[in-house]
Amino acid sequence: MSKQGLRNLKESAVRTFFLMNGVLTIIILVGIFALLLYSAVPAFREVKIGEFLTSTSWDPTSPVKAEYGILSMIVSTVMVTLVAVLIAFPIGLGVAAYLSDVAHWRVREIVKPIVEILAGIPSVVIGFLGIVLFGPFLAGLFGRTNGLNALNGAVLLAIMALPTIISISEDSLNAVPAAYAEASLALGGSRWQTLVRVKIPAALSGIIAAFMLGMGRAIGETMTVLMATGNARSFPHGLLDSVRTMTSNIAIELGEVPYYTTHYYALFAIGLVLFIMTFGVNLVADLVLSKYQEREQ
Amino acid sequence: MSVKPATRKKIIQGIGFFLLRVCLYIVLAVLLLILYDVGKKGGGAISWQFLTQAPRRGMTEGGIFPAIMGTFLVTIVTAVLAIPLGMFSAIYLNEYARKSRLNRMIRLAIRNLSGVPSIVYGLFGVILFVNILKFGTSILSAGLTLGLMTLPWTITASEEALKTIPNSYREGSLALGATKWQAIRTNVLPYALPGMLTGTVLGLARAAGETAPIMFTGAAFSLPFLPRSLSDQFMALPYHLYIMATQHHDIAKARPLAYGTALVLIVFVLGMNMGAVLLRYRLRRKKR
Repeated sequence: MSKQGLRNLKESAVRTFFLMNGVLTIIILVGIFALLLYSAVPAFREVKIGEFLTSTSWDPTSPVKAEYGILSMIVSTVMVTLVAVLIAFPIGLGVAAYLSDVAHWRVREIVKPIVEILAGIPSVVIGFLGIVLFGPFLAGLFGRTNGLNALNGAVLLAIMALPTIISISEDSLNAVPAAYAEASLALGGSRWQTLVRVKIPAALSGIIAAFMLGMGRAIGETMTVLMATGNARSFPHGLLDSVRTMTSNIAIELGEVPYYTTHYYALFAIGLVLFIMTFGVNLVADLVLSKYQEREQ
Repeated sequence: MSVKPATRKKIIQGIGFFLLRVCLYIVLAVLLLILYDVGKKGGGAISWQFLTQAPRRGMTEGGIFPAIMGTFLVTIVTAVLAIPLGMFSAIYLNEYARKSRLNRMIRLAIRNLSGVPSIVYGLFGVILFVNILKFGTSILSAGLTLGLMTLPWTITASEEALKTIPNSYREGSLALGATKWQAIRTNVLPYALPGMLTGTVLGLARAAGETAPIMFTGAAFSLPFLPRSLSDQFMALPYHLYIMATQHHDIAKARPLAYGTALVLIVFVLGMNMGAVLLRYRLRRKKR
């Protein structure tokens, strides 16, 4: 073979090698879905899918009749997540707007790494503080003996979702073309009016994506809710109820369940539902963001 | 008394900006509260013995040395998987990929992988590494599970680093007759490497603090010794904190130790973050 041919062969081998690594990410994502499905399906030999999703009673170890309904957990997950994002979103957007439009650049340079420190604190530490710090505080505030409830979990998840919301909102506010703001200011608008009526609407899709990604993060969080929400299996009726989310239930029961029983498979089915929920939320965020980027170009 | 419109506008702006500032203060206060509480109560539990001894008497005495080493070792396993795969994928995406359907799917997969809940990675690890590949509950299974979870972060961070290399570097090399791979090897990677490493270490720091993926793939309740091989179980700081905080029968004795563990974990993770930033700084200076 000629020297040139050898060189071309080597080049395409290198390219193929790197391509395989890229393709591996698709294989991993599909693999996670496939293996979850594979381990979840046997559960439905004994449990009807409809009952699994709509029954509120989960009691797999009952000596009389094992029950596999996850609706209470789904509602708990959604409730804790929504409250968390409702707390975190206004604050996060406020910080993002402050950093992008009000703060001096020196303040920004100091604050940004500090927000990254918050992102770096492990979830198990936040959960621990839910037990020893935030929980007792909330219990005192509402005159309860115990602070391990949905509200406590929501507050902690809000703390965890904040860095995501702040950084994505700030990026999208910064990406608004300077001409928009300049036009508004030239027409006599104040900086506040420019921010609220021009920049935030212009950055809306990025801000929506920040909301969704913060929510995706909160739905899938395990340790904080596991440690801080009390984990009662009943259907939640309010924020001061103790709740058990889908993630917590998997974490509590997977360690003790005998392998290859319906109960075992049902836990993977919960994982599959969780995977589908977060996948949906992230996909919507992704669509919103890419639409926004297309328009920019 | 009527207020002039211009004055009103100013007042509204003042109130608005004040509220935004309050948002920032809330976030800073929460962070300070967390660091202060853990620092103060955890600091009291830290001693030479706490850092260098194994737990004794049902984890009411002794230290957390096996947990510190366990987290350190599992992070190495994580790095062995995530660093090369992350860098190679990033090289493909930034240097080779053109706009095509396949490449759009790869990017979509990476973004979605970073949104998969950590406990789902844990479930995946149980099926694939523990059961199918028969690695058992071991430091290998746990490290590989964490490695997969870290992958989307390391890819994204490495790609960001590659993006900062100007195209003229590549073109200069190509113009002299180098092949694409030669150009990447000699004119892109050496300059991108500090940034790639920094991003990767930041991802590893996050992985080191994770609990859910290792709970069922290899972390042990309590072990007086260190793992001797890849198929041994191990103690880990985050899992140990979870156990001390929720599963221990004697709260009064366990709580100070839990605070101490929390402090060591935070220092471990934030220390890795700072190490990554310093590494980039030093490597960059050497280049000049």
